[in-house]
Amino acid sequence: MAEKEILLNVENLHVYYGVIHAVKGVSFKVPKGSIITIIGANGAGKTSTLKAIMNLVKQKKGKVIYNGEDISKKGTHEIVARGLTLVPEGRHVFPNLTVLENLLLGAYLRNDKEIKKDLEFVYYLFPRLKERKHQKAGTLSGGEQQMLAIGRALMSRPDCIMMDEPSLGLAPIIVKQIFDIILKLREEGKTILLVEQNAFQALKISDYAYVMETGKIVLEGKAKDLLNDERVKEAYLG
Amino acid sequence: MDLSFIAQEIINGISLGALYALIAVGYTMVYGVIRLINFAHGDIMMVGCFIAYFLLLKLKLPWPLALILSAILTGFVGVLVDRIAYKPLRDRGAARIINLITAVGVSFFLESLFVVVLGGVPRAFPVPDIFNKEFCIGNVYISMATIATIIIGLICVSILFYIVYKTKIGMAMRAISVDFETTKLMGVNVDRIISFTFFLGSALAAISGFMWAIQFPSIDPYMGIIPGVKAFVAAVFGGIGSVIGAVVGGLIIGILEIFIVGFLPDLAQYRDALIFLILIFTLLVKPTGLFGEKLEEKV
Repeated sequence: MAEKEILLNVENLHVYYGVIHAVKGVSFKVPKGSIITIIGANGAGKTSTLKAIMNLVKQKKGKVIYNGEDISKKGTHEIVARGLTLVPEGRHVFPNLTVLENLLLGAYLRNDKEIKKDLEFVYYLFPRLKERKHQKAGTLSGGEQQMLAIGRALMSRPDCIMMDEPSLGLAPIIVKQIFDIILKLREEGKTILLVEQNAFQALKISDYAYVMETGKIVLEGKAKDLLNDERVKEAYLG
Repeated sequence: MDLSFIAQEIINGISLGALYALIAVGYTMVYGVIRLINFAHGDIMMVGCFIAYFLLLKLKLPWPLALILSAILTGFVGVLVDRIAYKPLRDRGAARIINLITAVGVSFFLESLFVVVLGGVPRAFPVPDIFNKEFCIGNVYISMATIATIIIGLICVSILFYIVYKTKIGMAMRAISVDFETTKLMGVNVDRIISFTFFLGSALAAISGFMWAIQFPSIDPYMGIIPGVKAFVAAVFGGIGSVIGAVVGGLIIGILEIFIVGFLPDLAQYRDALIFLILIFTLLVKPTGLFGEKLEEKV
């Protein structure tokens, strides 16, 4: 781990919703080119952590360093401009926009000539999206929406992609496709931070993982080791 | 009742309806993007009217310049109103009802401010001569003001359509309307897009105010209330959030109002009440209006 450059470094992050202390001093590191997973039950604070990194919810305390720069006070659009993006839980495609418009909105900050090329890359990864590019995103199936959400995130040309429960509510065959795509993205040089309840699948493709419970990280280690850890097996692998 | 009388009433109805439509489009656009019924929209229109008034009277600007300049200046007034009154609420995630009450407050504030500064006595709007021309086809009269309202209204709605459906900013506006947070994740500076929305809506209000004043050239700080409320009825009737709905709703409300006065003169004094009956009826029977968006199911 240590020899690799750290792309995203979260230090002692705290998030409050009113009086509820949702994230209680979380710290973790995401090295460049790796797949890192945070697993944990519902309500452990995983989504809040990701949202706080993107400054969609206010962080009360702590630091988020991305690419050597403190981004904890930056606006969400400024963070996206620096190459960090989040595929939100529940897809959140824009149902009233077409598939193509959703993808182009992903490239909102770009003006370069390569947008077309990246569009073709997304269509290559997800041929289904090409077939449906003029369809309203609201008419897509859940799996197709997840593909669109990932494709849309890629359109901003991120270096680091955070994905919140990308397999949630999808058929097993689609889940497998999504995880294959995540591996392919890593081959393309992307760094991935994955948050999953589907711990088994997630740990299988990850390099390193953190286990979160009630707002804190309670365990961390190489993904391989966690797969064999008795506590993890009992709580998350069933 | 002869044919030319009916034709005349229809022309008059379209003339009034085009004004309601133009105001309603501004209402519906701001609602469409940030889900706020900006009850101060009629008052923004009044502000635009007074700006145009001073530009015409004091600076002696030619009317096209006065029209465009008043639209731009009023656009910035709209942005200012948003920054001072609505944005702080948005940032705190205030409930919709609070935004609504604030909009009513802004409305009262603008009216009172103008009464304090300019007095409440109505002033004569310096209508440029060109708009006083009348054309006569058979026994049917149509004024240049009406023709101008329709043409300028069509131009405004076309530009609006182009912006909303053909530009990147428009795409962001449509995205914000369904999902604020995710739009931010696309790298969109949401605050800037909302400011732009207010700019457009308020500029549109100023243009409708100008068109209103050349047809009804008596302006005062309270002039925006009734047109504003009726345009609101038109927007709801047409389906709030829908630009086409606002245009159709405005025309129908305008024609209905003129028909009531023309064909049922006994009821003329109830015209406002009858328009509000339409609002109540719409909300009871089809709250989404004629062209209202279906609420798309979340998957």
